[in-house]
Amino acid sequence: MTPEIIHRLHFAFTVTFHYLFPQLTMGLALLIVALKTVALRTGSPDWDRAAQFWGRIFGINFVMGVVTGIPMEFQFGTNWARFSRMSGGVIGQPLAMEGVFSFFLESAFLGLLLYGGKSLSRRLHWFSAVMVWLGSWISGFFIIVTDAWMQHPVAYTRMPDGHFEVLSFWQLLLNPWAILQYLHNMTGAVVTGAFVMSAVGAFYLLEGRRQEYGRIFLKVGVIAGLVSSIAVIFPTGDMAGKYVARNQPASIAAMEGLFKTQIGAPIVLMGQPDESTGQIDNPIAVNDVLSFLIYGTTRAEVKGLDQFPRDQWPDALPLLYYAYHIMAGLGTWFALLMIVAAYLLWRGRLERSPWVLWALLLSFPLPYIANTAGWMTAELGRQPWLIYGLMRTSEGYSDMVSAGNGLFTLLGFMGLYTLLGLLFTVLVYREIAHGPEPAADTEVVE
Amino acid sequence: MMGLLWFWLVAVMIVGYVVLDGFDLGVGVLHLFLARTEAERKTTLASIGPVWDGNEVWLLAGGGTLYFAFPLLYASAFSGFYLPLMIVLWLLILRGVSVELRNHIDVGVWRSLLDGVFGLASTLLTIFYGAALANVLRGVPLNADGYFFLPLWTDWQPGAMPGILDWYTVIGGLVALVALTLHGALWLALKTSGRLEQRARSVVSPLLLALAAMTVVSLIATIAVRPASLENYFRYPVTFIVPAGVVASLAAVWLWNRKGQALKAFLASCVYLFFMLAGACWGVYPVLLPATTGADNDITLDRALSGPHTIAVGLAWWIFGMALAIGYIVFVYSRFKGKVNVAADGH
Repeated sequence: MTPEIIHRLHFAFTVTFHYLFPQLTMGLALLIVALKTVALRTGSPDWDRAAQFWGRIFGINFVMGVVTGIPMEFQFGTNWARFSRMSGGVIGQPLAMEGVFSFFLESAFLGLLLYGGKSLSRRLHWFSAVMVWLGSWISGFFIIVTDAWMQHPVAYTRMPDGHFEVLSFWQLLLNPWAILQYLHNMTGAVVTGAFVMSAVGAFYLLEGRRQEYGRIFLKVGVIAGLVSSIAVIFPTGDMAGKYVARNQPASIAAMEGLFKTQIGAPIVLMGQPDESTGQIDNPIAVNDVLSFLIYGTTRAEVKGLDQFPRDQWPDALPLLYYAYHIMAGLGTWFALLMIVAAYLLWRGRLERSPWVLWALLLSFPLPYIANTAGWMTAELGRQPWLIYGLMRTSEGYSDMVSAGNGLFTLLGFMGLYTLLGLLFTVLVYREIAHGPEPAADTEVVE
Repeated sequence: MMGLLWFWLVAVMIVGYVVLDGFDLGVGVLHLFLARTEAERKTTLASIGPVWDGNEVWLLAGGGTLYFAFPLLYASAFSGFYLPLMIVLWLLILRGVSVELRNHIDVGVWRSLLDGVFGLASTLLTIFYGAALANVLRGVPLNADGYFFLPLWTDWQPGAMPGILDWYTVIGGLVALVALTLHGALWLALKTSGRLEQRARSVVSPLLLALAAMTVVSLIATIAVRPASLENYFRYPVTFIVPAGVVASLAAVWLWNRKGQALKAFLASCVYLFFMLAGACWGVYPVLLPATTGADNDITLDRALSGPHTIAVGLAWWIFGMALAIGYIVFVYSRFKGKVNVAADGH
């Protein structure tokens, strides 16, 4: 294994594991604000306890997100030193801003929310929940700004020694790529939050216990799920996809498995790409649809991979193709399921529809897969560039850190994260099995 | 001018981190020894519960600030100190998980395990931080391109090709261990009551004595390893106020602890940490990372500083953002005033 592969796997593994947690906390933070708002307006203790219950699950996820997030900032320097040295003046800014503007805010108000206890007024409690939500969404924004600059560099100049220097602070923050990806990504996070909440609600109803909470979770989860599952496709996914197609044409060709340039390009729903023959095996495809999706007309020409020299093809082409198709396929399922569930909820029949409840329960892992696949689509699609069009991935890793040292720490992270994953699963399952019943509070004074 | 400003701003972030996360690390070192019952353990951890995570943010914000203000230093140091930094990351993960998730577990055995992990990770972290600072003071084998890579140890000698750990950096690690343990003891004396407070106060004197001795040893060792550390002091003799401040703050800790003025004693310990770090910064300035391979390879302030627009823009949002952050921090600490009382808070 070459050092480049080790350093790529190092970042890919740690960031993939990390993002399992923030996608839930960002989505859930919004839903907790919704629960708290209803509780504050109606004075209903059930909604308050529902919010408390999700607050505990949020707390476990938040800790996991914090501890697995610290290595991400460090790895820019440890594993990607040559990249950091060239680009620190630009993307160091949003990364530092995340710490300054988001983490201080989040940690302060989460401490208040989790440790404030009964000494906090209901209003201050609600306010803390809003600030935690705000902090987590600001944090997401700065990370997307960082990534967006690597995907679509703007507002920079190159100094004589090769360093990138930022030219306009506001253009960096308002990079169109960042805005589009942010909307798409945050909607995706709400999908995760909504599916997890709906799944716990379905679990309680199918189990026949704590049904009053099951109903609350289903109501909030399905409404949020309906809105976010549709919005993640249209308009946010649609806009982000069109922007990628215009600015990274080789990526979109690889994502779609379009080897040959065509007028009336087909969309491939299924099939296995074969790089050596330049074909999709066993294709299930619909003609003209890709041209329409990108350009709004079925007669538009879409550039295939044949338009690009081989050394500019995304290097993990089949993985990129599958990641994109998994994301899109699951996204379709989310929208269909939530439309059905929302209809039944509206007619008051959801509780008595065990098949739909089962589908909601079993679907909770899928948004995690879809969000992960979405990020893989974006980052694999950027290859072979580290900064699109400006710096290749092979030019950015720390060449002072040997493959052996890199593998040592990669294996270390794998072992540690396996333990964390087990601990996390046990603790969250325990909270869910425990439920939001007030009498069963474990934090009894001794 | 901007370079000087950013040098001190990054230094402020580091001091902020050491002073704040320092006391919760120290509490982590001490809690296995001082807290003997479950109630005492809960009180001990509750004394840092609402603030430790925010304290750790200083590390992240400081790292990010270093990244954009001095990208060369960030890239060089982080990749060169690769192995110890990864170990620090693992320790930070274990520590955060163990302190935060113990309250979600009601099986005694697993709680004991997490408590042990928290104590061990806190202890090792203080040692690694001290050794890290000592590595910077000693210098590293930078090549002409500004990079290096250090193994964890070589022959334990601070020569031209040292390891992360040698006799000098181990001394640095021990100074940090003692200093932050004392810092944690003073925090516990301030935030707890009854037997816990008594025990915390009883360890202050021996720790203080050890720290005074270690401080002298580390000073002599630093001068021996890098005689140039004294140059700035002799060039501007007024700056001998820094070592004087170290001595005075140690004396103040001793005095106020004896009088039972816990807050003042804790603040004196903050001042001690500030002077120690400021003294170290001033000892290397304007070099950020000295080279053991000749002064030409030193990473200096001018060489590492980002472009003019980057640091000008950065200053605007940094001042605004940190003012906001200090607002939250003051708010949190003011709500968290006084002694911790687990029974009354119910957590």
